[in-house]
Amino acid sequence: MDMKVAKKLGLKERYSLMTRDLAWDTTFHKMEDVFPQTTYEGIKIHDWDKWEDPFRLTMDAYWKYQSEKERKLYAILDGFNQNNGHLSVTDARYINVLKLFLGSTPPLELMAARGFSMMGRQMNGAGPRVACQMQAVDEYRHFQTQIHSISNYNKYYNGMDEFAHQQSRMWYLSDGKSFFDDAITAGPFEFMVAIGFAFEYVLTNILFVPFISGAAYNGDMAAMTVGFSAQSDEARHMTLGLECIKFMLEQDPDNLPIVQRWIDKWTWRGTRKLASVGMMMDYMLPKRIMSFKEAWEMYVEDNGGSLFKDLARYGITIPKCFSQTIEEKEHVSHQSWIGFYMKPEATPFHTWIPTPDEMDWLSEKYPNTFDQYYRPVLEYLDQQEKAGNRFNNKTAPMNCQVCVSTMKFNEPGDPMEMCFRESIYNGEKFHTCSDHCKEIFDNEPEKYVQTFISSHQVLQGNCEPDGTDVNVPDFKPGQNMLDYWKLDKRALGDFNGSEDQKNFAQWREQATKN
Amino acid sequence: MSNAFIAFQKNDESRCIVEAIIEDNPGAMVVDQPSMVKIDVPNRLVIKRETVEEKIGRSFDLQELQLHLITISGHLDETDDEFTLSWNS
Repeated sequence: MDMKVAKKLGLKERYSLMTRDLAWDTTFHKMEDVFPQTTYEGIKIHDWDKWEDPFRLTMDAYWKYQSEKERKLYAILDGFNQNNGHLSVTDARYINVLKLFLGSTPPLELMAARGFSMMGRQMNGAGPRVACQMQAVDEYRHFQTQIHSISNYNKYYNGMDEFAHQQSRMWYLSDGKSFFDDAITAGPFEFMVAIGFAFEYVLTNILFVPFISGAAYNGDMAAMTVGFSAQSDEARHMTLGLECIKFMLEQDPDNLPIVQRWIDKWTWRGTRKLASVGMMMDYMLPKRIMSFKEAWEMYVEDNGGSLFKDLARYGITIPKCFSQTIEEKEHVSHQSWIGFYMKPEATPFHTWIPTPDEMDWLSEKYPNTFDQYYRPVLEYLDQQEKAGNRFNNKTAPMNCQVCVSTMKFNEPGDPMEMCFRESIYNGEKFHTCSDHCKEIFDNEPEKYVQTFISSHQVLQGNCEPDGTDVNVPDFKPGQNMLDYWKLDKRALGDFNGSEDQKNFAQWREQATKN
Repeated sequence: MSNAFIAFQKNDESRCIVEAIIEDNPGAMVVDQPSMVKIDVPNRLVIKRETVEEKIGRSFDLQELQLHLITISGHLDETDDEFTLSWNS
């Protein structure tokens, strides 16, 4: 008897059969009652079937490729750890970039997992629902693998073990937290623009591409494998964000002004979050592959510019903030690093003055700004440190009510003047760091008045370790900040003279001799 | 004109994929960076299954690209035979 072998289905047919064909419209309940969240933002959708994932990834293929990625990642991680990889990084200063990375990124991945789980339930169409479910699983994987990749360092170096506690409390982690809190408390379509476009397209293209290539250049195979493995998922995530923007614009012309406002808002929020990534690239990698400015030009200016030009056919215009972000690319990494350097007792990572060679590299990469504005400050701070007077600002910072960055950015067109804006809402004054954050605030003040800013809340006695009595007569707010943050005291202060510096030198010595 | 681009982790498989891209995309610019490689092509970048198979010496499913992929730029269209990134500008 002849067996008739059916021809294997093509990618388009498989995708159609295994996503849309497995979905159905509800009949016992109205569709709008089952999916109530997709209308209140004002976005009009007429045909959900017009949304298709261009990767045409089905669940069976998803599991197959993701499990292969995980096997590769953990094989590299085991090899690196078994071979005392932590001693093969360029120098011990490098480890501080991991402390910052671990403190800020995995908790955001977890928020992204929560957000996309919600999107997987809230979106009406089967196409976006399946893609959002996959992204939720990806984000959970990133959260876990990032912690695993850094846990080996935690056995040897100080300041890494309280990142989960610190996420909601530390002054400098608030910018990332507020980015996700803002996104997840918005409606589903705004969330997709916030994360799918601003976070994936603007932010991760720098954090997980040139920064991670830089981690590899500094000998950190653990961060390299976890970063690139995550970014292989991000290519899919960016595509989902882009697809969502196109879908909204194609469905109804009334969607244009709403989408434009979200693109303006989230391009700016993504840019503000990048300031600390800039400092990671320019100051914290002992060996550098490119400056933050060059990375910005490649991945945001050119790549973002390509996207905005492409979306012009729908009527989208370049975000209002774009010209300011281009002006700021020569400043933000320096302003961030100097800001952190000045607060040695308020972070679980060390800071330092760049070596003369490193300053020369910065001059070469930032010919318009470094020698004029930032080298003199760093050299002055260096002299003071050598004279036994290391700068130590013990006051709490002031943060922007919207992006929750510390106020440290300059007035547009004037690098010597700090930028402050204020708005009055219900008789109360609220401060923002820029025209763009002020505009975001003024558009939804009832949302942003609720921002929890620890460096402001501490003055009201809301940031104290458990069991503190704030009603005793001699109570002074902010006296117990280190305990409130659970900061490891060994992780404080300048890199020079730190326990990490001594241990690394001693262990590397042991690793090369009997 | 905008560039479409794709970046891969450097390994033996992606070396063959990059060779296939160079062959099928006149004007492709290859940027070599630590542990990664990025290829820019003006407007439209295409990866053809057949060319990758020829370079790699075995049958190849274009979805395997996901294992080595780092980032992309452009609108994507993926079929059994071609993986295309393009900008309308």
